[in-house]
Amino acid sequence: MNLQDMILTLQRYWADQGCFVMQAYDVEKGAGTMNPMTFLRSIGPEPWNVAYVEPSRRPVDGRYGENPNRLYQHHQFQVVMKPSPDNIQELYLESLKEIGIDPLEHDIRFVEDNWEAPTLSASGLGWEVWLDGMEITQFTYFQQVGGLDAKPVSVEITYGIERLASYIQDKENVFDLEWHSGITYHDLYYQPEFEHSKYTFEVSDNEMLFNLFNIYEKEAERAIDEQLVFPGYDYVLKCSHTFNQLDAKGAISVTERTGYIGRVRKLARKCAKAYYEQREQLGFPMLKGAKEDE
Amino acid sequence: MNKRDVLLEIGLEEMPARFVTDAMYQLSDKIAGWFTENRIQFGEVIPYSTPRRLAVKVTDVAEQQEDQQEELRGPAKKIALDEEGNWSKAALGFARGQGVDPQDLFFKEVKNTEYVFANKHTSGVATMDLLHQLDQVIQSLHFPKNMRWSNKEFKFVRPIKWILFLYGSEVPQLEVADVQADRTTYGHRFLGEEIQIETPEQYPTELLGQFVIADAKERKDAIQNQLENLQEDEGWIIPIDEGLLEEVNNLVEYPTALYGNFDEEFLELPSEVLITSMREHQRYFPVQNKDGELQPHFVAIRNGDHAHLQNVAKGNEKVLRARLKDAQFFYNEDKKKSIDDFLARLEAIVFHEELGTVANKVERIKAHAERSSELLQLDADSKNAIQRAATISKFDLVTQMVYEFPELQGVMGEKYAKLFGEEELIAAAINEHYQPRFSGDVLPGTVVGSVLSVSDKLDTIVGCFGIGIIPTGSQDPYALRRQAAGVLQILLQKGWPVTLEELLNAVLDEYEQRGLLKNDRSAVYGQLIEFFNIRMKTILQDQGVRYDVIDAILTGEIGRVDLLLRKAEILAASLKEDNFKEMNDSLTRVLNISKNLLEPEVEIDPSLFENEEEQALFERYVEADKARESVHQLEDIIVFYEKLSELPEVIDSYFDNTMVNAEDENLRMNRQTQMKKLAHVIHTFADFNQLVF
Repeated sequence: MNLQDMILTLQRYWADQGCFVMQAYDVEKGAGTMNPMTFLRSIGPEPWNVAYVEPSRRPVDGRYGENPNRLYQHHQFQVVMKPSPDNIQELYLESLKEIGIDPLEHDIRFVEDNWEAPTLSASGLGWEVWLDGMEITQFTYFQQVGGLDAKPVSVEITYGIERLASYIQDKENVFDLEWHSGITYHDLYYQPEFEHSKYTFEVSDNEMLFNLFNIYEKEAERAIDEQLVFPGYDYVLKCSHTFNQLDAKGAISVTERTGYIGRVRKLARKCAKAYYEQREQLGFPMLKGAKEDE
Repeated sequence: MNKRDVLLEIGLEEMPARFVTDAMYQLSDKIAGWFTENRIQFGEVIPYSTPRRLAVKVTDVAEQQEDQQEELRGPAKKIALDEEGNWSKAALGFARGQGVDPQDLFFKEVKNTEYVFANKHTSGVATMDLLHQLDQVIQSLHFPKNMRWSNKEFKFVRPIKWILFLYGSEVPQLEVADVQADRTTYGHRFLGEEIQIETPEQYPTELLGQFVIADAKERKDAIQNQLENLQEDEGWIIPIDEGLLEEVNNLVEYPTALYGNFDEEFLELPSEVLITSMREHQRYFPVQNKDGELQPHFVAIRNGDHAHLQNVAKGNEKVLRARLKDAQFFYNEDKKKSIDDFLARLEAIVFHEELGTVANKVERIKAHAERSSELLQLDADSKNAIQRAATISKFDLVTQMVYEFPELQGVMGEKYAKLFGEEELIAAAINEHYQPRFSGDVLPGTVVGSVLSVSDKLDTIVGCFGIGIIPTGSQDPYALRRQAAGVLQILLQKGWPVTLEELLNAVLDEYEQRGLLKNDRSAVYGQLIEFFNIRMKTILQDQGVRYDVIDAILTGEIGRVDLLLRKAEILAASLKEDNFKEMNDSLTRVLNISKNLLEPEVEIDPSLFENEEEQALFERYVEADKARESVHQLEDIIVFYEKLSELPEVIDSYFDNTMVNAEDENLRMNRQTQMKKLAHVIHTFADFNQLVF
């Protein structure tokens, strides 16, 4: 199964489980969790079931396209369901069968993993899912998001697309993966991997990035103060990515690091609070829809 | 009385492996406790656990609670009777509250006061009607981390999926987190299915049929047997790490051992790297040959049966290969650099915001190590080696290998230092300076490693105390307790002629000079002494020293740790002697009489002595004081103690013939001074008042 079919299969599967299939969010981010469709929507009592592919940028993992496992940008397949269904583990295992992983032919285990995202003031409990010793999925019950208690609890399932594909296609090197018939990961991503790595580590302008961070931070603050949560949150994401770029370049000392993370966290918490209040003022509209369904 | 077995199983989404065993015993202990508390007789309590279930079977549980006969105390007699001698409202209320007829109330004296009493008889209830209360037991289970799920407020280690509850063949009513108990359970996630259990006796066998070994011990034995078979079949040695075995056992319901291979070229990596990759990251058992050499194989325990085992092995090989390739890359990259390259980068790593970078810490460690070397009067070669080892003690923290394998700090430092051409002794000290890493770990073997270890640990402890980071309760983020215990154990084992206080002051001096002591020095010093006293107490307890002896010898400053232990041994031996009580009485007499006296400002003036007993006591005091001052070696403490043992006879005759509180002021002052000084000498050895006979 090529990578594209894998994504299509997962989308179909989770759509059948009642998730709406959304598209990746168009602001750079380090993980699918940061997508407002997870971060903001997991806040508050409104039900939310979504699935999407998230291209996630980790500047620090950039390796000029030379490392068989590490990438500047990788893909996550993200599923969020609120409240977490009682049979979510079974649903997940069923999804693996759909992409050709028969549990009877493998060793699948749920190994404790407690997740924490300091920049988002978010944390959860759950597992990393092991397939024959390889971590293929993060499985998390959110307990806190943006400093707010997650009530009800959302479950987040994050598949590492490249990891899974390398297993399914039996490839040692991520660049040998087949995306579409006859098209490899190398064809699509080698050049951007190389260029982003070179840019991140050699070319990017620290001073400009520091300035951008400050500008984004100010603008995030201003937008949130105007009760514009989504535009404000976009700038929080930009802050976070800018920080990641600077961090990858080693431009931020360890002492400063805590400070920058704290600044992003403060904004994220502010967004979370504002989002909750707005939804509350609106009378949590999606809650009504859910009740009528029952 | 009729009896039936009880079975309770809580079905869960996979629990963290590290919580399973403790939770299993909690459940069985608490259930046994509940039956006892509720006066329900029972036989055996058999615990079961897998990652997905906590269960307990209690055999021969009586069908009826035992009757209870209680004597209950009510109000005092004077309140219980009114002026006419009739029962007061208070007494009637008590009777009503306990459900007894006021006629049956009676009086009884307790501690000189008469009270009203009632005999209360409670008939036992049917066990079946009480069992629903076990929901409280389930809710009282304690886990280090709990979670909420779905839209429930209830918190538990992981979501509860089912509850299997049987009393004989009946299902008692019980509900936890909206889950109703019934007789359904589930087998292995992939190999088993949903089944009904008819009676508790069937539980383990029925589950085995569904590919679940519910008995944790049995499962562990199965793993061990399979490992032993593999050893025999392949001619390998598979060292069993208890912690790993326990963890793996709690990751599987139906274990099947399998082995895989990796390329021999990876064997060039330090064995610690290979072992960490296999054991810590992948939960594999590494494989050795008969000579103890690492082999290019590993053993994994699958949660399942033998079907497609080759496929599983292949998958695991792929994962390990990727990890080892990474490690090999880091190893080769690190080797291209030099120690100086790495040292330069320590300036960018913050140790603690208020205490500076790791480079700053290294500077301080060097200074502490130099002071210690001087206190220990080490030779120039050792001093030089210590300084070099201190300088490079932290360089490996910025290697790629330690970044990826933080648990290998120190270990990689030693490996790399040797590769970079450092002397063996200095390289080894980099690893040794982290020892002891945990309670019961080996201590540094060399002087260089020991001095470095003590310097590094004291630097962290004093630095943290200086800025107010003091461990409280479960809060000890910098593991200061463990490090303090490490320092004391090293001092105890090495028997250096140096007191803990000298070392602490040297480190405090350094911090003060650098302006890094945020809090008042004498206050910090006091807190440190108190902190080390508690750790010292634990160490002495672990050595089997009696509590009263510990209290007698820990009287403030710690002094030399090895001497403390020797003192404890001397006192323990003396306490067994018949005449020690008399000696102790004499010595404590001096301690007690001088307790409230002011510190002497003058010397003892022998010209003021009025009798020969005073003179005799003075002479013995001078000898004892001399012996106290000349304690340099472990043996000297014995000489000191011998001098103390010679005191009682002169003390006794002194008191028989001398009034300390004489009317003449000069005489009185002189005698008080004598007492105070003598008490000081005695107290230096121990506070004999603490000893219990």
